[in-house]
Amino acid sequence: MLGSGLLVFREVLEAALIVSIVAAATRGVVGRGRWIGAGIGAGVLGAIIVAFFAGAIAQAVSGIGQELFNASVLLAAVLMIAWHAIWMASHGRELATQMKSVGAQVTGGNRPLSALLIVVAIAILREGSEVVLFLYGQSAGGSSAVDLIGGICIGVIGGSAVGLALYFGLLRIPMRYFFSATNWLLLLLAAGLASQAASFLIQADVLPALGNRIWDSSFLLSDTSWIGKALHTLIGYEAHPAGMQILFYLVTAALIAFGMRMLGGGGAKPPQRPVNAHLAH
Amino acid sequence: MLRRTLFAVVAMSALAAQAAVPEFHLVVQDHKFQPTEIQVPAGQKFKLIVENKDASPEEFESAELNREKVVVGNGTIDIYLGPLEPGKYGFFGDFHQDTAQGAVIAK
Repeated sequence: MLGSGLLVFREVLEAALIVSIVAAATRGVVGRGRWIGAGIGAGVLGAIIVAFFAGAIAQAVSGIGQELFNASVLLAAVLMIAWHAIWMASHGRELATQMKSVGAQVTGGNRPLSALLIVVAIAILREGSEVVLFLYGQSAGGSSAVDLIGGICIGVIGGSAVGLALYFGLLRIPMRYFFSATNWLLLLLAAGLASQAASFLIQADVLPALGNRIWDSSFLLSDTSWIGKALHTLIGYEAHPAGMQILFYLVTAALIAFGMRMLGGGGAKPPQRPVNAHLAH
Repeated sequence: MLRRTLFAVVAMSALAAQAAVPEFHLVVQDHKFQPTEIQVPAGQKFKLIVENKDASPEEFESAELNREKVVVGNGTIDIYLGPLEPGKYGFFGDFHQDTAQGAVIAK
């Protein structure tokens, strides 16, 4: 039970970290719970479907279907995050101002919430399909239902708890900086996902590695440690990245930053605040 | 049009690259890897063919090699690796980490 709980926990944690960033980024939006809930539901359903067709996906495109599938969904998530982050860069300030004055709920306006729904669904679909395959193997291997359900409960509750902790930690960021902070987090998340997509394309031999190990920082932080794994999920940390991964990372980060700057009012000064505004914290 | 041509070039170069690489076989049986250590030449690309003889799925995973790929029950997968610096690179089966452990040794 503990063994399977640990694997489920690891996968749930990866998805939960992404969901908590998305949840923080949509702070104060009316009806965001429905969007995130729908994303989680679609993700779970997708995970079951992907696990069911795992054999067919693996055999597709002369054996590189799995890598192409993973790379495609990762790059789709990157696009969706980029879209949302760039949109927020141009509307974040007014949202923050609105939330300060009204105190709580703002309408999302025409914010691309569907983009983040897709990001949540993809995060859960990718990690979840492995969980489903693993549990299927366990049950076929004669594990008892009690063990399996216990493992699922341990993993899901534990992983979600860490995700919630991150979420409430993020909420403590002062409102002045809140949306720019979550925006930067989204940017790094997208860059990290792009680097993972590159890794799959290298594995499939579709892209050259441009150097298998540009550096090796595993002596500082191994990517098998818990912190290394969490940072891998959140900002794409790699102990020994391939050149192509670094290229994907930097290009994605640069493009999103450029989009935020171009559409985000290009470093326009925030409106002059009343002198006593900072006392409101 | 240009994109299609580019895609064809990429696909063809990928196929050309696939034709010339040495292959090494790895079997998963009873949630263990056989052999547990694979000797490969350092400094060149190669292909690892992982055959799962168990009925349950396994995931070939290696932080050292930056690789992860699911192999379904009674399935076979190809994983491209290298060129590697000389050294030992551990890998494991993510679904049965207690038993499925192995290493690639590049010389």
